[in-house]
Amino acid sequence: MRVLVTGLGTFWGSRLAQQLERDPAVELVVGVDTSPPQVPLERTEFVQADSSYGVLQRVVRATGVDTVVHTHLEVDSTRTSARHLHETNVIGTTNLLAAAGAEGSSVRKVVVKSSTLVYGTTASDPYWFREDAVRPRTAATPVERSMLEVTDLVRDFTVDNPGVVVTELRCANVLGADVSTVFSRLLRMPAVPEVLGFDPRLQFVHEDDVTSALAFAARHDVPGAFNVAGPRVTTWSSVCAALGRRRVAMPPVLTNLAAAPLRFARVADIPPEVLALLRFGRGVDTTRLRRRGFTYAYDTPATVEAFARAVRRERVVGRSTPYQYAPALETFLRTSHAIR
Amino acid sequence: MFPGAVTASEPPLRVVRGHVEPDGVETDLATADATTPALDPDDDLDLAPVDGWGRSERIRGIARALYEPVYRYWLRVEWEGMEHIPLDGGALLVGNHGGAIPSDAPSVMHGIERELLRPVYGLAENLFRSIPVVGTLWSRAGGVPAHPDNAYRLLHDEQQLVLVFPEGTKATGKLWRERYQLRRFGRGGFVEIAMRAGVPVVPMAIVGNDETMPILVKSDRLAKLLHLPYFPVTANQFVYGPVLGYVVPLPAKLRIRVMPPIHFTVPPGQERYNRGVVMDEAERIRDIIQVAVHDMLETRRSVWRG
Repeated sequence: MRVLVTGLGTFWGSRLAQQLERDPAVELVVGVDTSPPQVPLERTEFVQADSSYGVLQRVVRATGVDTVVHTHLEVDSTRTSARHLHETNVIGTTNLLAAAGAEGSSVRKVVVKSSTLVYGTTASDPYWFREDAVRPRTAATPVERSMLEVTDLVRDFTVDNPGVVVTELRCANVLGADVSTVFSRLLRMPAVPEVLGFDPRLQFVHEDDVTSALAFAARHDVPGAFNVAGPRVTTWSSVCAALGRRRVAMPPVLTNLAAAPLRFARVADIPPEVLALLRFGRGVDTTRLRRRGFTYAYDTPATVEAFARAVRRERVVGRSTPYQYAPALETFLRTSHAIR
Repeated sequence: MFPGAVTASEPPLRVVRGHVEPDGVETDLATADATTPALDPDDDLDLAPVDGWGRSERIRGIARALYEPVYRYWLRVEWEGMEHIPLDGGALLVGNHGGAIPSDAPSVMHGIERELLRPVYGLAENLFRSIPVVGTLWSRAGGVPAHPDNAYRLLHDEQQLVLVFPEGTKATGKLWRERYQLRRFGRGGFVEIAMRAGVPVVPMAIVGNDETMPILVKSDRLAKLLHLPYFPVTANQFVYGPVLGYVVPLPAKLRIRVMPPIHFTVPPGQERYNRGVVMDEAERIRDIIQVAVHDMLETRRSVWRG
């Protein structure tokens, strides 16, 4: 198996590459990103380049990869502008799929890390979204819009390339010791926002389970869309209680307006899609991927518990220092004659 | 926690020190998502205080304790034919609705849980979900938004008892003079869900509910303004005052007659069912309930004493 990982500089790209390169069945791992990997990698080839069509098409053709894992998707709207979200998610995916589907392409499998954002959050939602759920309303926020467009692109690609196994993994909100998400940042604050009078059902998935799911899809043939979320649900109040956080109520009307000063004062950036979640919550059915043989190491309550433990530990001993990519060192380790 | 809560579904993944062990190889995955909390309550109840539907056995217990005197001494609920409600397996309970803020739903849920030790999930308008505090408590007490996917999952995947009032707010918004005249049974969606899930419909006729909170007049303009299905002035407000008159029911005697379950002959699991067949069945169930309601009214001597 020869694998191309997009977004090698993201948390997911780095973790996935790390997991894949340990597998002797994986012959080659190539990663493309503008930023360097976040974890030390033994044999993954890092190509520091943007995700333009020209670059991706050349890399795909030159390496002859058979599997592409697309992790370079931004689902955290607090980190970047709507314009940039569109550029990364929609244009990046368009370029990648075009490169993977180019004439004479060696690609036989494409795995896309999508998000449960595609289902949106409204009062009229079913409590458990299945993968074939039809979204009742149009996207409410830029990040949801871009992810829905990605879903459409993936669907078109699946139809146009019947010989390619296409997997879309729709991940729920992630928690874990190392990953930084909107929820992990909210829950690290001394007081945590809630919407007055609402205590939503929420699902979380552990960072290790997301990496495993990506690797699972890369190793097995599992065509179609799959929800990736810790089985079962928890409530926002019990998540806050598990972390020992006090809750601060936001008004149930004009909540977005109330969140704006917090954003400007840089106290907390709570995007509208997260405020909607804090009101109505979301549950997704995780049966389909488990039927295909994937097992979760953590269900939703266990994910929250693991995160709470990590936060308690880091309050005492601090967070571990992040890995710094050193090109010279990597070149030395991989190519020098001194290495045995 | 009462035993009925966990019997209907397979145990979920068992959580041991932050890790999950698949509970045997043959775990029924279809139900593993939404089942009640794991079996070791000390470990897990804090992090999963609700089941997959937001229902909390703790809140449910409090609600039962608070509602018991109302059920027993105020409405003096009396059941007839409760043996028709299955002790296991899914079933859709269908009744006639009544009262501005209806007492029939909590009474049916309370009575079945008390007698049969089985949880009942009550389907209701999405409207509830959007109201702060009320929506959360409603969900904790066993209310579920009436989405077809929710009903199907509860009935088919989890084999639970589900309560639905197909007339919806058209029935609870009836005026005093329209009492016990059953409204349209929606578009028969409830029949279609029961057919697809392969579960029986259990019809229930309820008498007394329309007198627990009769509507004297309604304001369409205020209802529209507040985005409510109706804005009533209730008889209760002349007794208990303007606010409590929306909360406290009048002490009408509540009688519930459960009729034999209706099993459908069509094969389950189909995407679509013949509209004619669905509407026929819905009409038939409505007629059964209407006839029973008339019968119960004919034998009723007094609204208050039954």
